Amino acid sequence: MAAAAEGISATRAPGARSRSYLQSDEAKGYTLISAPFLYALAMLGLPVVVVIAHSFWTQTYLTVDRTLTLENYRQAIFEPIYQDLLFRSLWISFTVSVLTVALAYPIAYFISFHGGRHKNLWLFVITVPFWTSYLLRVMAWKVVLGYNGVLNSALMGTGLTSEPSTAFLYNSTAVMITLTHAWVAFAILPIFVSLEKVDRTLVEAATDLGDGPIRSFLRVTLPLSLPGVIAALLIVMIPTVGDYVTPKMVGGTDGVMIANAIQAQFGRAMNKPLGAALSVTTMIAVCLMAGGTVLALRAAVRAFR
Amino acid sequence: MSAVRRLAANWLPAYAVLFILFLYLPVLLLPLFSLNNSASPRFPLSGFTLKWYAGLPKTPALLDAAWNSLIVGVSAAVLATVLGICAARALTRYRFRGQRAMQGLIMAPLVMPEIIVAVSILIIVLALGMPLTLLTVTLGHVLVCVPYSISVLISGFEGFDRSLEEASADLGETSFGTFRRVTLPMMAPAIISSLLVGFTISLDDFMMAFFLGGNDVTLPVYIWGQLRFAARLPGVLALGTLLLVASIVLLTIAELMRRRAQERTQTTGGLLA
Repeated sequence: MAAAAEGISATRAPGARSRSYLQSDEAKGYTLISAPFLYALAMLGLPVVVVIAHSFWTQTYLTVDRTLTLENYRQAIFEPIYQDLLFRSLWISFTVSVLTVALAYPIAYFISFHGGRHKNLWLFVITVPFWTSYLLRVMAWKVVLGYNGVLNSALMGTGLTSEPSTAFLYNSTAVMITLTHAWVAFAILPIFVSLEKVDRTLVEAATDLGDGPIRSFLRVTLPLSLPGVIAALLIVMIPTVGDYVTPKMVGGTDGVMIANAIQAQFGRAMNKPLGAALSVTTMIAVCLMAGGTVLALRAAVRAFR
Repeated sequence: MSAVRRLAANWLPAYAVLFILFLYLPVLLLPLFSLNNSASPRFPLSGFTLKWYAGLPKTPALLDAAWNSLIVGVSAAVLATVLGICAARALTRYRFRGQRAMQGLIMAPLVMPEIIVAVSILIIVLALGMPLTLLTVTLGHVLVCVPYSISVLISGFEGFDRSLEEASADLGETSFGTFRRVTLPMMAPAIISSLLVGFTISLDDFMMAFFLGGNDVTLPVYIWGQLRFAARLPGVLALGTLLLVASIVLLTIAELMRRRAQERTQTTGGLLA
């Protein structure tokens, strides 16, 4: 009996140990996260690797030649047309992200410091437009800025101009206005979150020690909310660089962006490797620009303080 | 100094009002011109009509697109919410190595240019020889919806009182029973909120549907196709208005649910005490 019991406990021991690992927090965590993680790996991680691989290959009619080459990158980086598109896209996304943050900051500040009991309602009212169809919002701007559009008919109605102007639509300014309108609500959230974390007693202390409202803002509130500003810059700058709908709808030839070229390579031009190289180049370029902007911003705020 | 402060206190509310106008006015033009009796959207308005709305149900292509959007939206919302529940629970309840990296990859679609995500999926779908159908659109939408699902669910899961689950386990429930009978009911509002947000994102998404849909058309892709014809603009405006109203109603319900979820988890202690 005793031997049998010992035998059982001996055979159970490793099982018990692995069961105790299975019941550990770490194992439970891995089990739970595995489904969403593997999904993201299969639908994003792996595809990105395949895109990078494609960017070193060559399209030969319907098949892909897998000999490694840098030819796609030579075209993506040095062909004047792609160079122009990339620089314009970077410039537009930079301007839009700076504008967005500049417009969003006072609102986030207002809600955080003067929102009172209705903070949640304010946030909701301001973020609702962000959730409505992006395509529809771009279409709305086309209606506003068009030749027969709202702005022109309003200007003519008030007698400010005598004939409709073509200056509003189909240029990169129209793209910037539309993108700023589309993303500004999204930029408010991270700024608001970081402003909520600012210790109010520090602002009071600065005022008590003789700083005026502007100085205490520049030296206390702004530096403390910098993480939110940086997050807002990034979540606007990186996605907007690859915007396809806005340039296509309101950009005209002057407002074409790199995403339109990428789409063309996957569509009519049927040159997937070049499209892949353009995607990778864009991603690297916008990350470099974002990194540079963050460093410059940190240095500027430090200098102010 | 008090003068400066008064100015600061006064310009901010004024700016907030202007800001809201800037956000809403362009969007509100869609419903306005969808009710206007003129083929081109311009002032002055020429008269009230519902004819653009009346024309919508008579377009078979539109009804097909609406049906497609409904199928994709419901499937994407359900799948994304199931994955989101797993991730949100793992992230709020457990600590494990590699957590931040895994979270980073799952949340990455939130900060990537959508065209690059779409093109990456397209390239792998083509490489596998899969046909472009509503299935591929749904798979893409799930990827985009999961990060939003997780954010909504985490705000419901945080502050969740673990002692409730422990009590249930002590009273003899299995871990699945505890999840089904304790955790799930507590989380129901957050889950409904996540489903609605997921459906709204899928309903409104254009890029994934455009790249991964092949010949299967969802509503935004249908609208995109119609935009080439100036004469069909009023009909598109009417359809857009309906989509806008649907999104706003769904999001309002989602927000109310999310708040209820937060209240539930926060007042737990009070109820038990």
